[in-house]
Amino acid sequence: MRNETMTINMGPQHPSTHGVLRVALELDGETIVACKPIVGYLHTGMEKQAEYKTYTQSIPQTDRMDYISPMSNNLAFCLAAEKLLGIEPPARVQAIRVLLCELTRISSHAVWMGTHAIDIGALTVFWYTFREREKVLSIYDHVAGARMTSSYFRVGGLSRDIPEGFLERCEKFVDEMPAHIDEYESLLTRNPIWLARTQGVALISGKDAVAWGVTGPTLRGSGVNYDLRKNEPYSGYETYQFDVPVQSAGDAYARYQVRVQEMRESVKIAKQAIQRIRELGEFGPYRVRDFKYVLPPKEDVKTSMEALIHHFKIVAHGFFPPVGEAYSKVEAPKGELGFYLVSDGSSRPWRMKVRSPSFINLQALPVMVQGRMIADVIAAIGSIDIVLGEVDR
Amino acid sequence: MPLTPERVEQKLRERFPDAAIERQTGDAVRDYTLYVPGESLVEMCTFLRDDAELDFGMLPWMGGCDHMPAVPRFETVYNLLSLSNSLRFTLKVRIAEEQPRVPSVVAVWPTANWHERETYDFYGIEFTGHPELTRILLPDDWVGWPLRKDSPLGYEEVAFTHNTPNRRLPSPSLKKLAPKKVKYRAQ
Repeated sequence: MRNETMTINMGPQHPSTHGVLRVALELDGETIVACKPIVGYLHTGMEKQAEYKTYTQSIPQTDRMDYISPMSNNLAFCLAAEKLLGIEPPARVQAIRVLLCELTRISSHAVWMGTHAIDIGALTVFWYTFREREKVLSIYDHVAGARMTSSYFRVGGLSRDIPEGFLERCEKFVDEMPAHIDEYESLLTRNPIWLARTQGVALISGKDAVAWGVTGPTLRGSGVNYDLRKNEPYSGYETYQFDVPVQSAGDAYARYQVRVQEMRESVKIAKQAIQRIRELGEFGPYRVRDFKYVLPPKEDVKTSMEALIHHFKIVAHGFFPPVGEAYSKVEAPKGELGFYLVSDGSSRPWRMKVRSPSFINLQALPVMVQGRMIADVIAAIGSIDIVLGEVDR
Repeated sequence: MPLTPERVEQKLRERFPDAAIERQTGDAVRDYTLYVPGESLVEMCTFLRDDAELDFGMLPWMGGCDHMPAVPRFETVYNLLSLSNSLRFTLKVRIAEEQPRVPSVVAVWPTANWHERETYDFYGIEFTGHPELTRILLPDDWVGWPLRKDSPLGYEEVAFTHNTPNRRLPSPSLKKLAPKKVKYRAQ
């Protein structure tokens, strides 16, 4: 009998790689000797393109990175640009942003749960989670006019005010959601096949996770309590009541538990945000009142010369941040999503660097699957929750 | 008392009295940033990681930037995170254009591996001591460094004598690209 290893490619076309990820596996029978993720198949040069666009023109680009959670991406970019400009949007705008970002987290985790369960062989879950995801997409459609690439946030505020009936719609969704999460859990949490496929699989210790720069639910599934919403708050998250779920097992099941709990916490935050928007006025100002950076109200443009000039300048040139640089980050559903912007004083960024969570979390894949079975690779890729659009940018 | 970036700088200066450490200034530099010399980068990072008070155990990201026509042209940026203090700290290394080279920090934080490959891929900055410095996002046979400022976005500059030194006659390859002669008929 010969005793040598075999190298095979998983992907780039493979249903469980969530896009076009290629993993080169060196196998000894079914055991993994070495694993090497090979990325770049979806590279579209977004960082380079951003240098040729004004800041506002880059917002639609950010939707297309992690297309499962467009609002979080918009927020991360807008916060970075706002930090650079030194402006802060009104409290009402921040509450709307928080509400939409938490709905995004629910939707993203729903997509994750459905696809991860399909990878492992539980097809049914998908039909339930995509039902709720569809509701979130309809909410996006209602508020932004697009289902997936919403581009709703702007630097300094929102693209437009929330429409009538929007809060009621969100309220209905978050009221129904806990029952749906129970439904998902009844399919998976105590399912013996699910437990066998995820418990003790794709292990990574907290120490390793920190060294490999892993963030998000994958980090918190390894017992490290670090959530940017709590530890480095932004957009007023410090004023909301919620818990950060942490599990210490460090396996795929721990990540599952963390994400399920996060959905429940997101429901809590969303409810508080809805209440806050009501308190601050259901309709009202949705941008900062500094027309060097944002468009003036349309009524003013029709009546005031100054507003017309501002309008023209913003549309024709964009805004001009001071020379400097800023890094801003948000707790996206997949981990820390950050934008590093360098400004040379012109209306286009001199440099935009994206810190995408999927790219960095994926790097820890070999640590998780070393010495395990080939079927565990699929569970591991699913449990990290990657989107290749964001990995390759 | 919570850890402040000033305290980090002070400790770093105490530990490395001879190194040329310089704080980045500017009204709109929103994060606390220090320029450090490349030759002591790995030592400094190891110190920042291992010091019990500072505890910068995570490198959330690192990247590069091209400041053409400034001299030195390139810089690498290291964003450090101390989980126990919830504190960020940024280090930068200036790199000359002639031989863009900086020591790798993979030995300090393994996560730097892909970041450094990406920076190499985009800017052609070489990370000495990196275990496997190959292209990551672009194809292996790609020629050039796309995020450098002299690299165009999707088009090539037309070769004229003024921007192509030592060229008097078009090369055969350029001749092939020249537009065909079109005869215009009178209307």
